[in-house]
Amino acid sequence: MTSLPPPGAKRLGLVIDLDICVGCHACAVNCKEWNSGGMAAPLTDLQPYGVEPDGVWFNRVHTFEAGEGATGRTVHFPRSCLHCAEPDCVTVCPTGASYKRAEDGIVLVNEDLCIGCKLCSWACPYGAREFDSDAGVMKKCTLCADRIYNEALEEVDRVPACVATCPVSARHFGDLGDPQSEVSLLVAARGGYDLMPEMGYKPTNKYLPPRPRRDQTTCGAAPVALAPVVVAEADGFLGWIDRLLSR
Amino acid sequence: MHPALSVILFTTASGAGYGIIFWLGVLGETGAYPPDRTFGLLAFGLGLGGITAGLLASTAHLGHPERAWRAFSQWRTSWLSREGVASLATYVPAGLFGIGWVFLGENREIWGFLGVLAAAASVVTIVCTAYIYRSLKTIQRWCNAWVLPNYLALAAMTGALWLDLAAVLTGEPFTPGAEAALCSIPVAAFLKFGYWRFIDATHSTSTAESATGLGSLGKVRLFEAPHTSDNYLMKEMGFHIARKHATKLRCIAVIAGFVLPCLLTAIALAMPGAIRVIAVLIAAPLATAGVLVERWLFFAEARHTVTLYYGASTA
Repeated sequence: MTSLPPPGAKRLGLVIDLDICVGCHACAVNCKEWNSGGMAAPLTDLQPYGVEPDGVWFNRVHTFEAGEGATGRTVHFPRSCLHCAEPDCVTVCPTGASYKRAEDGIVLVNEDLCIGCKLCSWACPYGAREFDSDAGVMKKCTLCADRIYNEALEEVDRVPACVATCPVSARHFGDLGDPQSEVSLLVAARGGYDLMPEMGYKPTNKYLPPRPRRDQTTCGAAPVALAPVVVAEADGFLGWIDRLLSR
Repeated sequence: MHPALSVILFTTASGAGYGIIFWLGVLGETGAYPPDRTFGLLAFGLGLGGITAGLLASTAHLGHPERAWRAFSQWRTSWLSREGVASLATYVPAGLFGIGWVFLGENREIWGFLGVLAAAASVVTIVCTAYIYRSLKTIQRWCNAWVLPNYLALAAMTGALWLDLAAVLTGEPFTPGAEAALCSIPVAAFLKFGYWRFIDATHSTSTAESATGLGSLGKVRLFEAPHTSDNYLMKEMGFHIARKHATKLRCIAVIAGFVLPCLLTAIALAMPGAIRVIAVLIAAPLATAGVLVERWLFFAEARHTVTLYYGASTA
């Protein structure tokens, strides 16, 4: 049913640290790799080596400039499904293919029910859903539901592929419904926020803002002289050659 | 938003079809049209034919048309599902009303009641169609109070014009269809101008700053897109081709959709005979062409919040 389940205690989601993200796209690539064989597979690519490559990705890394001049920042910004508490993408679905799980809050698509009307992608403000024109159905981030509960994997690997691969630990996974969870404490400590809160979708995923810049008033002043490099004095035979050639 | 031809044809053809059924119900029950057989056959044919053609066209928009029947299940939450249910439900009173009119020569009393029921069901269906768009918070140019009255008025207008065409073709001397058109065209034109004025003057409360949450740092601009060629999101939601022609297209929509059909209908009412026939035969298809252009613009001019992640500063 596309009616939303009553709000559950458990709300699994991601916390993305915009201060740390270096924009390497590893999360997007590992997401693509895992999900090309996961429950939403295949993530179709059209003309992958052609002039106009086009394909389904669940995670896309944008880079923004914010502010001007010395106070301006370049911010790498991974964008994926936020597993909203009140997602219109679920309620607009005419077939019941889109659903939100009561037990952990993950928003999923049942591809066997999807008629490919695309309305859910219109209803998502964040661009989380991408239509697979080859399969004729809508696809979206599964929060790696086929990884996080997968007992065939080591416990340390039971996190979404994007989190597992991030080389700078800019991505965190956990239960945002539990105020004492690590991710919730991180959000509280760093002022994590919702994207487009005015839409009223109540996203589960949170973004941590870039930290305030350190004082850089000295930047641009006279360059600080470096200490002279210590030159090792040669002695013995090589020292004699050195002195001889130095005349 | 990408203006998909299937959806434009669906909303235009079904809109006109439900408009015809609406006026048949109202004008039949009040006795404005007698239950003439040939006229009834053509009018119901055009009405139910338009609806059916539109609904079939809409399935061309689906990735899996063979699963379209599943769309009747989620009417509790989904306007698209409600639209499907309402569109199918309308066939019952409309079909019975048609049988009464065409085969039994009855369109008053119990048959008239069925007509009124068909008219009401037509209105409900168009309300559902409009709300598919009206309910999307992501598209401010759809999520406003102008959208529903626009859909209703354009359906009423095109329906009345086609009904009058059916009357003229079958030698019907009565002109309530033309009178209904003459009343509804100015209303539809007023509502369309109101809609355009509204979307030109306002935009979404969402901005690139609220989409990224980086507004505290200053103005947010896209520095580097995530990919080199257009993806589904940019093709579907970021459609902006021919927006530069919007003003010209609006002129075409106004002249073909409202001005000329209104003049032609007035001429038809004033001058019986061959001139009436010619005027009416031009008016209905011309208005429909105008509405097709209007519907194309309705999609092409709609801006989605996802474009805020792809360089738009407002949506």
